[in-house]
Amino acid sequence: MSGHSTYEPKSAVGKWFESRLPIMGLIHSSFVVFPNPRNLNYFWTFGGILAFMLVAQIITGVVLAMHYTAHADMAFNSVELIMRDVNYGWMLRYLHANGASMFFIAVYVHIFRGLYYGSYKAPREVLWILGVIIFLLMMATAFMGYVLPWGQMSFWGATVITNLFSAIPGVGEVIVSYLWGGYSVSNPTLNRFFSLHYLLPFMIAGVVVLHIWALHVPGSNNPSGIEKKTDKDVLPFHPYFTVKDAFALSCFLMVYVWFAFYIPNFLGHADNYIEANAAVTPSHIVPEWYFLPFYAILRAIPDKLLGVLAMFGSIAIMVVVPWLDSSKVRSGNYRPVFQIFFWLFAINAVILGWLGSKPPEGMYVVASRICTVYYFAYYILVLPLLGLFETPKSLPASIADSVLGRGGSGSAMASGAASSPSTKG
Amino acid sequence: MKSIKTLIAVVALAGLASGAAYAQSHEREIPPRVTWSFSGPFGTYDETQLQRGFKVFHEVCSNCHSLNKIAFRTLAEQGGPGFSKEQVTALAATFKVKDGPNDAGDMFERPARPADFWPAPFPNKQAAAAANGGAAPPDFSVIAKARTYERGFPWFVFDIFTQYQEQGVDYIASLLPGYEEAPAGVTVPDGKYYNKYFPGNVISMPPPLQDGAVTYLKGADGKPQAPETVQQYAKDVAAFLMWAAEPHMEQRKEIAFRVLVFLLVFAGLLYFTKKKIWANVEGHA
Amino acid sequence: MATTHASASAEPTRRDFLFIATGAAGAVGLAATIWPFISQMAPDAATIAAGAPVDFDLSPVAEGQIVKLFWRGKLIFVRHRTAAEIKAAQDTDVTSLRDPEADSARVKPGKDQWLIVYGNCTHLGCVPLGNEGAFHGWQCPCHGSVFDTSGRIRQGPAPINLPVPPYAFTSDKAIRIG
Repeated sequence: MSGHSTYEPKSAVGKWFESRLPIMGLIHSSFVVFPNPRNLNYFWTFGGILAFMLVAQIITGVVLAMHYTAHADMAFNSVELIMRDVNYGWMLRYLHANGASMFFIAVYVHIFRGLYYGSYKAPREVLWILGVIIFLLMMATAFMGYVLPWGQMSFWGATVITNLFSAIPGVGEVIVSYLWGGYSVSNPTLNRFFSLHYLLPFMIAGVVVLHIWALHVPGSNNPSGIEKKTDKDVLPFHPYFTVKDAFALSCFLMVYVWFAFYIPNFLGHADNYIEANAAVTPSHIVPEWYFLPFYAILRAIPDKLLGVLAMFGSIAIMVVVPWLDSSKVRSGNYRPVFQIFFWLFAINAVILGWLGSKPPEGMYVVASRICTVYYFAYYILVLPLLGLFETPKSLPASIADSVLGRGGSGSAMASGAASSPSTKG
Repeated sequence: MKSIKTLIAVVALAGLASGAAYAQSHEREIPPRVTWSFSGPFGTYDETQLQRGFKVFHEVCSNCHSLNKIAFRTLAEQGGPGFSKEQVTALAATFKVKDGPNDAGDMFERPARPADFWPAPFPNKQAAAAANGGAAPPDFSVIAKARTYERGFPWFVFDIFTQYQEQGVDYIASLLPGYEEAPAGVTVPDGKYYNKYFPGNVISMPPPLQDGAVTYLKGADGKPQAPETVQQYAKDVAAFLMWAAEPHMEQRKEIAFRVLVFLLVFAGLLYFTKKKIWANVEGHA
Repeated sequence: MATTHASASAEPTRRDFLFIATGAAGAVGLAATIWPFISQMAPDAATIAAGAPVDFDLSPVAEGQIVKLFWRGKLIFVRHRTAAEIKAAQDTDVTSLRDPEADSARVKPGKDQWLIVYGNCTHLGCVPLGNEGAFHGWQCPCHGSVFDTSGRIRQGPAPINLPVPPYAFTSDKAIRIG
């Protein structure tokens, strides 16, 4: 975004407008000619997929809000009205509910890409932190959205999670009563969750703008972790990456359609088709699947406040990853020992998710504690120490070299031209 | 190639993690799988089965269970039991609904119209519970989606591909004939009953069906269209309840197929377009 | 095969055909996707059902009485006209009206005593008061429009007569509106 773009409008109207609001030039320089490393793999398509999912959720959400009633006595019925009587209402509802899950599938792939390839390392620290903020906003939005149908899981999930804040010493109880707007999760809670659920996605959109702006300062990372050196390393975003993103998106959409149309209730809970009842708690209160790892961490700690701190801490610690990782080598492709720990971390996250769905008894509690310890140990011990002791593979001389098989042991052909790892300071 | 493997692995892990939401453990028997006409990507409702199931609901279940979100007119909609508008109007007129206040300020009763919803057998939840030993019979509008059983690993993963989502109706179809004598050592409180498939095994609902309780229409050969047995009643009413919960299922699966075919074609076109555009990039990146 | 820019040839190359096909498929997909989002704004099935024709019994409406009812959210006047009111409505020079319409066109044949009109002033929508105004039909309190015993505009700013809703007699003393 520094300096003027090279865009030259062709028409007189175009020239007139562009000299007053250079938006075409901005789009041109950011999304048409912007240089991207030529060696990006399909993990790099998930940013575009996420942008699409944000727009999809906003559009389906806005049209759903035309028919939804945010009152405790009418919410469940209004959702059924949407499912039965609104033209294509069943489709809009299932697209929105399953869209949230697809949004999280994409964001987890996107985050794990960043962790593996060291995309959080200098000079992309702020980009990474903005991403953590987007992730937090997504979680808040999804949590409040799930309350809106006012089913049993909506109500009791809201009760459990809002009660967490009472763990805060001193002001905890007051905070909870302000969250609730009453003495328990009730109509005022539903109303304000609806208001905030409508608001937060637009805040996400704003942070996404910052996220892309921060990205466009250094440009994208790439699988080799080596910064661009010459123009041979890069290709313009359009048409090379627009078409690649479009292809990846259409594959992603097939998975989305499979869930939303063929098995629309697979990722949800049957109990949420029972109207909220303050007198009856479901036998197992489970959050939506994308919260399960954090739910497992929460329940692993026997103390209420420490459990809450651990749960929020497990996300907060992501903020400082750029400073925890001591490795001079950016990409996991050239860090063989790191790869082992990374995959253990990924599998550990999945196991934590599975444990979050289990009742907190017996072996499940023990396993949750072990997995929680590994989760934090990865950040606090593995990343700082590994960089000091690991011997990375030799890096290719440039992005172009890594693509054309010249140099570096991360590519198909080894060569003698090993260069020192290049990192920014 | 390694990046493709890792891509598959990560997405599969994400998918597995998403499947981990399947949590409801109960000490009760797993309902056996029933063959339903509406299961699978090309499933459709069997109109005559829905009509039989409606008859069972109307004559037996509706005495205690409400169907609050089903309007009479939906019984004539596409993709459902296929009653005619006249049949629906006549059926509705047999019910009375409360309306008002009139100009004198009084509430009054009038015959129901197709636009009205199925009237509940009890005026409120408390009356329903009081008349049924303290447990209010649940509303049936979405009950086929409100009941399930834990599939466990790895079955829930296979379910993603087989599209198995009939846990609710399998449960209903087995629950209704699932009453039996309590096994030795198990005491059932007074006014409750032992059911093999009910979570916790002790259910408040008395066995609602007996063989021959509902007369089915006769076929051309003079015999009932389907056996007038508890098992058949259970299956038919479960199918009807599936329709009640998902009246647009047929349209949903039909659109799904068309969208998937479109996306396959479109993805194919995009793939070749991508290859064409990248053809002149050395090393293909 | 040239790997540089597509030549400015007169006919599309095979590569162009692929691009055109992809673009066309994308446009079709986009249109098909947009349609449900527009369609969902149409009145839903419950609203349409609630707006179904409604039966109304005329027997309790006394001569000279005006009764109000709602249909599809809009107010409707049912007026049981006296002989004098019918005569005044029929003995009018239709050409002198702002919105020329004979009284016979506003009632059902043989049922002159029943006038059924929408109850919102055609100026800006206020509800006119019955048996008021110079013509003893209706007068609107908001800006002074005066309607006669056939609901036709006589004085004031309203541009057209009170519209007649669709209705039919189901028996001598009952109508179905809609």
